[in-house]
Amino acid sequence: MPAVTLRGITKRFPGVVANDGVDFEASEGEVHALLGENGAGKSTLSNILTGLYRPDEGDIELYGERVEFASPRDALDAGIGMVHQHFRLVEPFTVAENVALGDHRAEGRTFLMHPRRIEEHVAELSDRYGLAVDPRARIWQLSLGEQQRVEILKALYREAKILILDEPTAVLTPQEAEDLFATVRGMADEGRTIIFISHKLHEVKAVADRVTVLRRGQTVATVAAADATLRSLAALMVGREIDVNRRRTRTDEPGEAMLELDDVWAMGDRGLPGLRGVTLRVRAGETVGIAGVAGNGQRELAETVTGLRPIERGVVRVAGGALRGGSAREAIRAGVAHVPEDRLGTGVAPGLSIGSNLVLKSHRDGSLASGPLIRLRRIRDRAAALMKLYDIRASGPGVPARQLSGGNLQKVVLAREFSSDPRVLVAASPTRGLDVAAIETVHDYLHRAATDGVAVLLISEDLDEVLALSDRIVVLYEGAVAGEVEAADATPEGIGLLMAGGAGS
Amino acid sequence: MIRFERRLEQPRWLNVAVPVGSIVVAFLLSAIVLAITGHAPVHTLRRLLTAAFAGRTQLNNTLVTGTPLLFTGLCAAVAFRMGLFNIGGEGQLYAGAIGGAAAGLLLGNHTGWLSVPAMIVAGGAFGAALALVPGVLKAFFSTNEIITSLMLNYVAALVLDYVIFDSQSYWRDTSPTGKVFPQGKILPGPASWPAAHLGGLVLPFGLLLGIVLAGFLWVLYERTRFGFEVQVIGDSPRAARYAGMRTRRKILAVMAISGAIAGIGGASQDGDFRHVLDPRGLTAAGFGYAGIVVAALARYNPFAVCLIAVLLGGLQNAGYTLQGADFPSGLVGVMQGLILFCALGGELLVRYRVRVSRRSVRGATEASA
Repeated sequence: MPAVTLRGITKRFPGVVANDGVDFEASEGEVHALLGENGAGKSTLSNILTGLYRPDEGDIELYGERVEFASPRDALDAGIGMVHQHFRLVEPFTVAENVALGDHRAEGRTFLMHPRRIEEHVAELSDRYGLAVDPRARIWQLSLGEQQRVEILKALYREAKILILDEPTAVLTPQEAEDLFATVRGMADEGRTIIFISHKLHEVKAVADRVTVLRRGQTVATVAAADATLRSLAALMVGREIDVNRRRTRTDEPGEAMLELDDVWAMGDRGLPGLRGVTLRVRAGETVGIAGVAGNGQRELAETVTGLRPIERGVVRVAGGALRGGSAREAIRAGVAHVPEDRLGTGVAPGLSIGSNLVLKSHRDGSLASGPLIRLRRIRDRAAALMKLYDIRASGPGVPARQLSGGNLQKVVLAREFSSDPRVLVAASPTRGLDVAAIETVHDYLHRAATDGVAVLLISEDLDEVLALSDRIVVLYEGAVAGEVEAADATPEGIGLLMAGGAGS
Repeated sequence: MIRFERRLEQPRWLNVAVPVGSIVVAFLLSAIVLAITGHAPVHTLRRLLTAAFAGRTQLNNTLVTGTPLLFTGLCAAVAFRMGLFNIGGEGQLYAGAIGGAAAGLLLGNHTGWLSVPAMIVAGGAFGAALALVPGVLKAFFSTNEIITSLMLNYVAALVLDYVIFDSQSYWRDTSPTGKVFPQGKILPGPASWPAAHLGGLVLPFGLLLGIVLAGFLWVLYERTRFGFEVQVIGDSPRAARYAGMRTRRKILAVMAISGAIAGIGGASQDGDFRHVLDPRGLTAAGFGYAGIVVAALARYNPFAVCLIAVLLGGLQNAGYTLQGADFPSGLVGVMQGLILFCALGGELLVRYRVRVSRRSVRGATEASA
């Protein structure tokens, strides 16, 4: 019996039809992938299924019965759980507290909280589904991979029969993704329905039973994963053929060392050292990829180099000059550009316009300011020029950044960072959550930056991306360099071993 | 079923329609309160409006009440725009009044016109100094500025009382009469601020100064690097840090500006209206708190603050004038409360739109119920 049936779902927003008569069906015990580019309507569809939006037209049926959701709570009560791409967790709270938050069935039935009982329940669930996480840890102390496990635990705790996972592997390593796939299969075998939203073709193929492809708000096709090829799925998804992770080769020999780290130590968020004596070099025109399981010092590395985190010990040199550290302004002046991991929260000021965001760092420059005043006309011109150059799609530079899609938002960040003529570029998960077409664009820009002589430090949890773009790959494990390999000699298996800390043994 | 949906775009006209609508709804609700308490609503409201705005004397009185609200309104608006909730306009106004009076008394009759700018500078400096206390605590120790600035209001009020009632301070009138009835020294002639006369309307110097300040603030926020960075910090402190902006300095600067404006408002109380440091009058008026209402209604826009300050000033003024057996003295307070309530409620309508649908909710809800 189909667990979920959507018929003719249409949802309009001012000026856009996000879903245009979408049909969708997923059975009990099935892993059903929802594949599509950003803006294809996947998020809108899942928001409708979780009660956040009401469809303008169309019906939702669960196990053969027609339902209407007035609020997300109705959807939760009907057994629909969702793991969002941007996690909905309360950072200062513990894992157990987050899991029990808003619950009104299990331990949450009573007015008084029983933390011990909730913790036990969570521990039991995490054992059963292989979702290792300490129920007493606080969310802000966890890596993104661990936070995701909390989100899944939350849904399981509420006994979700239908679980929607939105871009779940965006924050995971290959091994973590494998673990997740095993968890997903396990949940499906118990009779749950898993709706797996993704635009990574190989994982869709690896985990799903069936795949429904959305394009421009419409259902293009539903196919059995076993019968589909990566190529046929890509063609359905974008309407043309694309090879995302083709290797880009370097033409010139790299120049002088632009970024040098010498035995660098930095504190992590838990008050323990996050970087333990990292030494690495990136030369002009070279791309060095940082691979590692989430939470092994990648964030600390990016933040230390870009001045957002103080250097406890060791030296960071940019173009030969040592940084005092702990000052973003100093790093920017030294020529360090930064594409941050969290693009909406850190990379832009979401309430301000695209134009303002494009000059977030350069508004002090002589060309855009005279004395204390800013030159609005020039800022507007600069913004319009960059929007054109980087193909940022919006009705104008006055549109708030918040309203942009992930791909366009990342283009704003890239346009700003590249236009500062950097010597060093630190890119942290630059394609996380983007669709194939946007990933290709971002890869092109990163490749071009290296070709132009920028020293690129690419930190990514997507190993395919690291392999495709890097000249050299450095693997981090527990805050230290576990190994370094030339990209030409690298294999996913070899790197995977280093990521698991298995090199020295 | 009524549902709120987040607006994808916020039409500009809403920024005007919502405050105006809020005031209208507040009037309607006040009418209900009046009817319940046995007053004829239309008649009472008409009397109120007449007392505030109909006629020269009434308008002049309204401007007198509106002037301090303009300063405290700007004080709140400036800080709130950066997401810095300076609730201390009340105390900063007292501090400015103390500073302004000191400058006026010190210079006496000797220096002529210099008294006015000296009072402005001293008032601003005293206000800024008081505002910098929560500013420094916020910038360096991340304390909550709402609590600290609010608490300092009580400190400032007690200092004000102490200066006149509980000590033989420089500000206190120590002549034989002053010893019996404690009061401040009367400020000398040059400490009286000039006023502009415009067809029977008396425009206090402070009002004009406040309007100039509003223009200055608009330029500061819309046209300068400083204002740009303050907006970024207000929108996303993390993005500001990432872009290398110096958040601490901005917190200190904005608190100082905010406090200075309230302080100048205090000096204007001395120079424009009271000509004496008057603790009873200042503490009874509650200009600082009303200023927060003004800023909220004006949506932190400095020019809108000018307008709203005069409107609310009119209401307060009418309240004072009409108080009596047949006029509920709490009415103006009730109306102000209702206006603020409606304005903040109206904010919801700017961000969300209301959807009313008649379809019943079946399925999940019933199943769970």
